[in-house]
Amino acid sequence: MILTVLHKTRYEFAAPVGGIIQSLRLTPAKSESQRVLDWSIDVPGAVLGTPLRDGAGDYVQTVSVRSPSAQIEVTVSGTVETTDTAGILRGHRERVPPRAYLRNTVRTEPNRAISDLVSEAMKAKDDAPALERAHLLAAAVAEAVAYKPGATSAHTTAAEAMTEGAGVCQDHAQVLIACAHLAGLPARYVAGYLNATEDGSPHEASHAWAEIHIEGLGWIGFDAANKCCPNEHYIRLGSGLDAQDAAPIRGLVLGGSEEELDVSVLVAPLGQSQQQ
Amino acid sequence: MAEPYFNEMYDAAGLRTPYQMLEGWHQNMPAEFRALKQAEAEDLFRRYGITFAVYGEGGDPDRLIPFDMFPRVFTSEEWRKLERGIKQRARALNAFLSDVYDRGEIIRAGRIPADLVYRNEAYEIAVAGFRPPLGVFSHIVGIDLVRTGADQFYVLEDNCRTPSGVSYMLENREVMMRMFPHLFQENRVAPVDGYARLLKRTLASVAPEKCDRDPKVVLLTPGHFNSAYYEHSFLADLMGIEMVEGQDLFVEGDFCYMRTTEGPQKVDVIYRRIDDAFLDPLCFRPDSALGVPGLMNVYRSGGVTICSAPGAGVADDKAIYTYVPEMVRFYLGEAPILENVPTWQCAKADDLKYVQEHIAELVIKEVHGSGGYGMLVGPKSDKATIEAFAAKLAANPSNYIAQPTLALSTCPTFVNEGIAPRHVDLRPYCLVGRDIELVPGGLTRVALTEGSLVVNSSQGGGVKDTWVIAEE
Repeated sequence: MILTVLHKTRYEFAAPVGGIIQSLRLTPAKSESQRVLDWSIDVPGAVLGTPLRDGAGDYVQTVSVRSPSAQIEVTVSGTVETTDTAGILRGHRERVPPRAYLRNTVRTEPNRAISDLVSEAMKAKDDAPALERAHLLAAAVAEAVAYKPGATSAHTTAAEAMTEGAGVCQDHAQVLIACAHLAGLPARYVAGYLNATEDGSPHEASHAWAEIHIEGLGWIGFDAANKCCPNEHYIRLGSGLDAQDAAPIRGLVLGGSEEELDVSVLVAPLGQSQQQ
Repeated sequence: MAEPYFNEMYDAAGLRTPYQMLEGWHQNMPAEFRALKQAEAEDLFRRYGITFAVYGEGGDPDRLIPFDMFPRVFTSEEWRKLERGIKQRARALNAFLSDVYDRGEIIRAGRIPADLVYRNEAYEIAVAGFRPPLGVFSHIVGIDLVRTGADQFYVLEDNCRTPSGVSYMLENREVMMRMFPHLFQENRVAPVDGYARLLKRTLASVAPEKCDRDPKVVLLTPGHFNSAYYEHSFLADLMGIEMVEGQDLFVEGDFCYMRTTEGPQKVDVIYRRIDDAFLDPLCFRPDSALGVPGLMNVYRSGGVTICSAPGAGVADDKAIYTYVPEMVRFYLGEAPILENVPTWQCAKADDLKYVQEHIAELVIKEVHGSGGYGMLVGPKSDKATIEAFAAKLAANPSNYIAQPTLALSTCPTFVNEGIAPRHVDLRPYCLVGRDIELVPGGLTRVALTEGSLVVNSSQGGGVKDTWVIAEE
């Protein structure tokens, strides 16, 4: 499938700020699941660093504005050819040993409810193949955390989302990471895009899911929010220990002021992208 | 009766060679003169402003660490062996760091457990696969040593991040030379004042490949609230480089710049004295105001070198320490010259059992602890203390390691009644860049309390000038 992406992120400041610096993880890396046909990042008025490929195989790029600015707009547009690999991340060049992804952050630290969820899901399954256990955990998370936009915020931890019993894709991913770690499986957070429209109508297409490492198979994506594994409708941007670590844009303003954030993401099969 | 501890000045056969010239010196020193000199030393230290706590021990930053005027002395022969051992260890630690951020051969070979490395908090995922200039991660390796016999030295721990205390080594010498110039005229004490020049040369030698000029080196400090701030400004001054705080630097495009009155100046090498977590809010802790946003991207694309390299801490963890002799054998194919203290990992069931059965004889430390806090010195503790500690150990065994109580050597130290033996340790500072360098000396810490084995300044420790007698 060929997907087109148009992703605009616009920050507007109540008063001009002294400067802006961001680290972008907004360029898909090549794997058997995806191939970039064309891609561009445009930030008017900013200086862009040369993209670097980090140890996790993601493209990272610095963007900065040193003069006082009242706004900054990051526009990403491109076309990606995707292939369904049943969620398996193959042909992705990376250097981080999977076992480094067994550590928790504040956002993926389990609480009692999460460990209970894992015990329940893993009951009598200790000897089951790792892949089966990963699927069971993903299903348990989908069951325990209802999809409910607005129930959580960008800073919600896995434990909080679990207590709330509701959240969005970010929460599903972080709860699943916490669960996988408890079950001894390396897991990480993935940020990307999802083409979820059958009829071509605009929708919120920024997405997140978890990857769990299965010995012998490698990293496999699990989208608990949609109860499936990533397929040709998914574009993978980058990974990290949690939502913050994997954020497509990590930024800082100098002499901060109130900011207003406006994000629009359009992902559609080629030929339908003009229907916005 | 022989003393249970090796006395570096007097052994069973009498006065040891390195101390020969000091016997007459202290014997002929009238008490009033000594008191005068002691006051003068204190005055000099206050004037230099050297009042910080060593090794991040915390405590009152304005407190003066007691200085003992009786030097600690090594012969050139003793030093040669130490020097070989220290350099060997510094090479092995750097080889280990290069390896675990690359292919991890030592783990594949089953010589060190994967989880100990990859699950270690100090293992930085952000730099996996990245090779810093010349493959050097730890540019200043501080190795803490103790001595238990004429030829017996043990490594207590390695410090691969930003070991502090070297300003004491330099100041102690400076003060001694001002107070007792004749001692240095009569004895061939190897100078240590080349340290700053060597440090600067080491830092310049690891400038990025992209740097095609005389490298611009700066020292990045967390600021004057830091307990080692004095040392930061002292070293920057000696090296003739700028000391900067995070806000003095900025990133643009592929490089890092320093703000100056003449406009931005590109920086090639950063000798950072702040922890990984605070280096770059866009990569590590987002709430850090001490670092430079975007710095890690510049670093990883070869625009600037950070010393020590982010992630170097994984080599000096107390749980990794056990494997350093193995690193020497694995990477260098050599027999380790310096020995480790035998260590029990309480995370291992067999080791824990032994430790619990022998708790009163052992020293037990927290895996991530420092500064002599949170540790138990079995033979020096009462029953209640031991029982309380045993409960903590049982609750979280993997947080602890145990070692035998070492019979630390003693060195004569001035006390009210004259001189008396007091226990000492040693931290030399090995520099690793294009070359591996070690100035002949280090920081000797001394436990000033009679019988105490704890040399930490927060617990009654002081410092001494450390002499190496130059070769003929």
